[in-house]
Amino acid sequence: MNLDLTEEQIQIRDTVRELCQNEFASHAEKWDREDDVPRWAVDKLAELGLLGMAVPEEFGGLGSDLRTTVIVIEEIARVSAALAILFAVHNSVGAYPIYEFGTDEQRKRWLPRLTSTDMGAFSLSEPASGSDASALLATAVKDGDHYVLNGSKNWITNGMHAWTFLVFARTGGPGPKGISAFILERDTPGLTVGKCEDKMGLRGSHTVTISLDDVRVPEICRLGPENEGFKIALSALDKGRIGVAAQALGVMQAAFGEAARYAQQRQAFGGPLSKIQAVQFKLAEMERRVQGAKLLIQKAAWLKDTGQPCTRAAAVAKLYATEAATWVTHQAIQVHGGYGYVKEYPVERYYRDVRVMEIYEGTSEIQRLVIARSALKDGVGV
Amino acid sequence: MSDTMTQAAGLSFELSEEAQSVREMVRDFAESEIRPIAAQIDETNEFPAENVKKMAELGLLGMFVPEEFGGAGMTYLAYVVAIEELSRVCASHGVIASVNNSLVCYPLMTYASPEQKKKWLEPLAKGEKLGAYCLTEPNAGSNAANQQTTAVLDGDHWVLNGSKIFITNAGPADVLITYATTDKALGPKGISAFIVDASTAGVRKGKKEHKLGIHASDTREIYYENARVPKDCLFGEFNKGYTVALATLGGGRIGIAAQALGIAQASVEAAVKYANEREQFDKKIGEFDAIRHMLADSVVELDLARAFVYQAAWLRDQGRQHTKEASLAKWHASEAATKCANWAIQVHGGYGYMSEYHVERYWRDARICEIYEGTTEVQKMVVAAQVLKEHAVKA
Repeated sequence: MNLDLTEEQIQIRDTVRELCQNEFASHAEKWDREDDVPRWAVDKLAELGLLGMAVPEEFGGLGSDLRTTVIVIEEIARVSAALAILFAVHNSVGAYPIYEFGTDEQRKRWLPRLTSTDMGAFSLSEPASGSDASALLATAVKDGDHYVLNGSKNWITNGMHAWTFLVFARTGGPGPKGISAFILERDTPGLTVGKCEDKMGLRGSHTVTISLDDVRVPEICRLGPENEGFKIALSALDKGRIGVAAQALGVMQAAFGEAARYAQQRQAFGGPLSKIQAVQFKLAEMERRVQGAKLLIQKAAWLKDTGQPCTRAAAVAKLYATEAATWVTHQAIQVHGGYGYVKEYPVERYYRDVRVMEIYEGTSEIQRLVIARSALKDGVGV
Repeated sequence: MSDTMTQAAGLSFELSEEAQSVREMVRDFAESEIRPIAAQIDETNEFPAENVKKMAELGLLGMFVPEEFGGAGMTYLAYVVAIEELSRVCASHGVIASVNNSLVCYPLMTYASPEQKKKWLEPLAKGEKLGAYCLTEPNAGSNAANQQTTAVLDGDHWVLNGSKIFITNAGPADVLITYATTDKALGPKGISAFIVDASTAGVRKGKKEHKLGIHASDTREIYYENARVPKDCLFGEFNKGYTVALATLGGGRIGIAAQALGIAQASVEAAVKYANEREQFDKKIGEFDAIRHMLADSVVELDLARAFVYQAAWLRDQGRQHTKEASLAKWHASEAATKCANWAIQVHGGYGYMSEYHVERYWRDARICEIYEGTTEVQKMVVAAQVLKEHAVKA
């Protein structure tokens, strides 16, 4: 048993924390208001090598383990959830799958740019397939040594600026075993980036639709074997879920910090709010959830990094942390009273930002299904 | 292990070999010796004296006491795993062991003089004697500082008067760790701790309480009526007894959290098993989302309870600050036990309401974990005070 960070992890955390405090913190509110995390913020992450977190050094990355990656996600999310999702999506489902499932030729073709300057996006969801992802309708038809793709994709994070899109399309029969994965570059003819969604939260992150109209790409753009693309989508899920849990943890820590500060500064009934038991107990409840989420994330990341089965633990961490984040940010507004409802204070942004975390990378309902199935099949032995 | 070595090793939730072998040993014992009588002693309120002797032989009554004082010399983590495993089968066994370890051996080991340790701690750690912890009074519950029991020095003896209530292990106890006020005017700073031989003249035990759960744990009032104990039975410093009480409860909390964890574990195991067996509407009830959601939420509560409990024990073993973490563990694990037991009953439907399936016992046993050794409300007070300290805004 050891819950300490390594020296290296502490160093990375402190470096990222400093970057976030010095460069991003004063802009996060503006990014939300203007619906735009600007390119220079990505460049700042790139300067530290953070666009290639998990990719090994030989392909330009840092080769970090998941534990370290989620620490970075958490740190960024404390300042801006919009930037955190951009970072998380790029690393875990934009760049890393190309390393994990790509041939050396594919790695050399795309990874140097994806680990140094350019963003990757992930395109699985469609207008009619969300939780039931393997029901997707986009098609890829073999034509000589090329594929021709047609269909439409939505909810694509980073879509506005991404250089590559990891697109899933049907190459075989119905269901998960008829799907292949493709790496499409942004300027490929027939690929059109559509409108930017007008979202409740994470407003600085650009979420787009894309349409594929006879997009013709050479065979080298297919990632992994034909009809085995859905495995790629699934393989990224455990890590992706732990990453979302870390985003939730980052935001809830920020919300908790604001609530604790406000409770000590705001005077009511002849003293600070923090002297009132109802407020104290809210703070205690918030702390329980923050510390709980932290432990469950650590546990899941440790399982993943040590090569142990982590699907259940990842679902537990994701379910708990995201529901906790909604609760904590909700209560942070409550502690602020009317001031919590106005944009002068950041807590209303936190509340809007975390809500989607109970939805993407598998809704809470899907997580419960994953956990229950696993318990029913494998039991709950220690 | 040095701190740098621990750090270099990186994150790990894997328990030490010691803790793992303790789990194996206690599970074997619990399955073979406790399981066959657990339901019966719940029914009869019988204190499991024979099993307590066996627990003593296995070293489960003085687990973290150094070997030189008759203990097993193990880590706190190994201790909480033992309490968890006992409680998984019978929570009464869990609290009997937890009280002797956390509330009786711990303060003696930490505050008693070498002579006192030799005389009192050794037989308690070996389990030759059983101890009870006498702090709570009819008017001193969460506000334990409001002690009404008095101790007055008369020559070579302290004379104790007063009464204690809700005392676990009271009936069979040979030794009573007793708090009494030695200077009323000083309030909490006028309390001292005493080692009282239960056979002292003037010490009287009340009748067994009828409780909602943990029926096999023997709970009574203790009365002190001009009970004269030798002067050298005061332990720790004079008038510093409340410090002893608080430090003791700090560790005790983790023991009760482990007890709750064991109950939660048993509840979730039972619910999963039943959901896989029971059929309604031509399918296993585990195939319904309504049941699956209860199971999933149970697993989350359970996993988090385990993480909190082990974290607190690990911090304690490292000699680090763990006040907040112990309270979080106690608070979360006790609520998790109640929730998981309640869901287990719901999954079982009518069968869950019958004693045959045990889950109703788990639910009754779980409920006290939210109350004793600091109610949930007291834990929240502790956590809030800690976080306000951590996040203090400079004026």
